[in-house]
Amino acid sequence: MERTDLIPVQLVCRHYKIPLAFMDTLQEFQLIEITVLKDDLFIHKRELNKVEKIVRLHYDLDINIEGIDAIHNLLEQVHALKQEIRALHNRLRLYEDF
Amino acid sequence: MAFIDYYKILGLTKSASESDIKKAYRKLARKYHPDLNPNDAIAEKKFKDINEANEVLSNPENRKKYDQYGEHWMHAKDIEKEQQRARYQQSYQGDRGSYSQTEFSDFFEHMFGGASSRAGGRQVKFRGQDFNAKLQLHLKEVYTTHKRTLTVNNNTIRITIPAGVENGQIIKIKGHGGKGINGGPNGDLFIEFSIINDTKFKRDKENLYRTVDLDLYTALLGGEFMVETFNGKVKLNIKPETQNGTKVKLKGKGFPKYKKEGQFGDLVITYQIKLPTHLSSREKDLIKQLQTLRS
Repeated sequence: MERTDLIPVQLVCRHYKIPLAFMDTLQEFQLIEITVLKDDLFIHKRELNKVEKIVRLHYDLDINIEGIDAIHNLLEQVHALKQEIRALHNRLRLYEDF
Repeated sequence: MAFIDYYKILGLTKSASESDIKKAYRKLARKYHPDLNPNDAIAEKKFKDINEANEVLSNPENRKKYDQYGEHWMHAKDIEKEQQRARYQQSYQGDRGSYSQTEFSDFFEHMFGGASSRAGGRQVKFRGQDFNAKLQLHLKEVYTTHKRTLTVNNNTIRITIPAGVENGQIIKIKGHGGKGINGGPNGDLFIEFSIINDTKFKRDKENLYRTVDLDLYTALLGGEFMVETFNGKVKLNIKPETQNGTKVKLKGKGFPKYKKEGQFGDLVITYQIKLPTHLSSREKDLIKQLQTLRS
């Protein structure tokens, strides 16, 4: 993994004004993945979007981590179902012209 | 520009307490927040409405003004100017926040001149609006990766369309949506592809299907047969006594796999054996002889 793709967790916490413990909790719930390099904590930049979303849900909407975890799983299911609908719709097109 | 009943939007009455407003806002925000309703324009509109209602009703000064003028809100500025002139004071200037002007209704702009900054607490940052666009392409166009220039909300962007993109597939162009609110990040641009298939091929993901007509004699005796694939012709060896509906799979002659450079699906050819018509009397005789031989 490229070091440049990693962002120090402390920097993320400072930017979003969130305690370090919050990031630990997110990792415990397996909502984000934290990389440890020489005792320093980092998150991959692709995780940043997810962190931003979780921060908004938690601090702006007062949703606790258990709730966010449930939402995260449900949104993934919705996404998978939408993909499946699309695939089925495209498969249906195979027969529509007959 | 119509009067907007902010109490109604939050499902409250005029006597609602600050805590009622906060609770109602939180409840509705949880229901319609864009993070919880991705790509849902209706939820997004509702979220903006409840956000606007909350901006007014959660701010005591704005709420007082809103309650005071009520249905006469159209004349609010005139009344206020008159009162202020009488008091020899400068005209009222609402605090202009960083909320994008277009995010609030005309009604809000008229009443308050812009968003007020929140008193104390954490200022809520919101992502900008996500934009949705539909792009129509022909199947041939998505056979290869190519670049395309699009104009979305007066902004020109150049995007790369990967080969193998599917009908109905949505790709996200990060940060090309509406501007963030209160310093929040920009929204994203979602492009939905509508693929028009005007070819002889049917497509299911990376596999292509085609039915070809095969004459009776080649089917019976075998031989060579030229078949058109998506990117050229190939010669096929037809086995003797090939049955109607026989399928052959041409490996790697299908459609490109999405985001897998150099990898292709398969092309499945189905033989449809064409029986001869308008038989001459000699042909009929020969076929009768064949029939006799077979029985």
